[in-house]
Amino acid sequence: MSRRPAAPSSRTHRAASPWLFLLPGLGVVSAFTLYPFLTTVYQAFTDTRTLTGGSWVGLENFRTMLDDEQFTVGLRNSLLYVVMVVPCTVVLPLLLALLVRKQIPGVTFFRAAFYTPVVASVVVVSLIWGWMLDDRGLINGILTFLGASPVGFLGDQWLLLFSAMALTVWKGLGYYMIIYLAALANVEPELHEAAAVDGAGAVRRFLSVTVPAVRSTMVLVGALSSVAAFKVFSEVYLLAGPTGGPAGQDTTLVMLVQRVGTGLNGRVGYASALSLVVFAITLVLMLLVLRADRREELG
Amino acid sequence: MTRMSGWEKALRYLLLLAVLALTVGPFLWQLSTSLKSTTEDIYTSPPAFLPAHPTLDNYSGVADIVPVWDYALNSLKVAVANVLTNCVGAAMAGYALARLRFRGRKAAGLAFVMALLVPLESIIIAQFTTMRDLELNNTLIAVVLPGAVSALNVLLMRNAFAQLPYEIEEAAVIDGANVWQRFVRIGLPAVKGTLAVVAIFAFMGAWDDFLWPLIVLSDSDKFTLTVGLNYLHGTFANNPRLVAAGTIIAVAPLIVMFACLQRYFFRGVGEGAIKG
Repeated sequence: MSRRPAAPSSRTHRAASPWLFLLPGLGVVSAFTLYPFLTTVYQAFTDTRTLTGGSWVGLENFRTMLDDEQFTVGLRNSLLYVVMVVPCTVVLPLLLALLVRKQIPGVTFFRAAFYTPVVASVVVVSLIWGWMLDDRGLINGILTFLGASPVGFLGDQWLLLFSAMALTVWKGLGYYMIIYLAALANVEPELHEAAAVDGAGAVRRFLSVTVPAVRSTMVLVGALSSVAAFKVFSEVYLLAGPTGGPAGQDTTLVMLVQRVGTGLNGRVGYASALSLVVFAITLVLMLLVLRADRREELG
Repeated sequence: MTRMSGWEKALRYLLLLAVLALTVGPFLWQLSTSLKSTTEDIYTSPPAFLPAHPTLDNYSGVADIVPVWDYALNSLKVAVANVLTNCVGAAMAGYALARLRFRGRKAAGLAFVMALLVPLESIIIAQFTTMRDLELNNTLIAVVLPGAVSALNVLLMRNAFAQLPYEIEEAAVIDGANVWQRFVRIGLPAVKGTLAVVAIFAFMGAWDDFLWPLIVLSDSDKFTLTVGLNYLHGTFANNPRLVAAGTIIAVAPLIVMFACLQRYFFRGVGEGAIKG
């Protein structure tokens, strides 16, 4: 969108006033986002600890990473999180949006209700899920009642991670549903009807009318959710505990940053190097998704 | 629009109810657990969805073991401060970027875009050391500061101001109103809707935030609700009734707020995602 030229009076106010307007915002963003980012980049090449300033160690922290089993585990889990969560987050909320799209009685209530998990804190929903997935919790209560044997969701490394992923998908459903609803509002219903008249079934109509129409929104959702999934912290931290589940096997990359970098003897330098890896992979993920979009456009 | 057949309608409502059970059910289960008395077995199979003798004992019980109302007050302080700083700071910066012409405007806009690209998780350790250098660690001020004016909100406000027709300020200019007067009397009232969205998401973001307060707060009397709940869960995990009462205390205010201000929530998500 093109910005209009500013009001002609610009010359009448003193040159300083635009900067006074910008001062709070620019100040906060510079001091607490841009400056810490530069600090992170610098400290990644030092052996700084919480209480002691560090000295330059070159690429030492990145070499340490290669031999650090926790790093391998964290990277694996965070990437696996993206691979498993993103497809669900791209598709399920779209189906949900189609379900609540038609103006049928009561649909506003359902839309709002489906959004509830988004409003709740991730801590709250993680504790709720933790209690439902407990060895003697709701889900196992139902399983036992149906004659199945109870499942130790929170005791097994993989079940725990999958439970956390399911929680992430569940919490995001309503959020992405609203984004899709906004996009669907621009799809002409005539297209759908024409396809229906041509005898296309529901699945066919979905694939050949709906999906192409909201494709750019799907890419946006894919980008947003892959970045969010890669940075997962709270769900796993709360379900698996601060040490990351059985033998630490459920640690994610951001959990590792938090564990390594905080505390009285936190290895700030190493944590900064890990943070840079988080930053770099986040950027790569965004570029990948956007490139996939462009290729599809050309093809 | 094509008419729906009876079957399709029934199927739709069935699906809607199934998703409803899936999304809202867990909250109701938690509410039910929080209302069950200590004498009632909470591990029955089949699970008992309604408490046999509903009681509020767990709510007073949870306040006996952790200062849950102090945590709630801390969360409230942080959230209100976050709303004020974001509304004022983002509106001012957004106004300057959209409506004023000055040297360096492009560079200033770029600074906010760059800040938007930096994931919070990747600078959290450096934010922690920054706060330590400022001797603010373990204070509620430190909880508020990093998100006090978020880059996303600045860009949202910039877009809102940019969409205002240029003519609406002309009369004021002729009347000799200065830039501050134009901002307060003409600019702000015209972007009330976006401002409400910024306020609501700032409140929700601060109230729900976990990672940053977990890192920056170390004294348990400074905890916000989310960090306090984590502490409660870690210490009293064997008492699901108390944890359930704590989570309901944390989530109830937001659900009420959401119920009252629904349309702003939905507007915000759409705008944030598309224009942000």
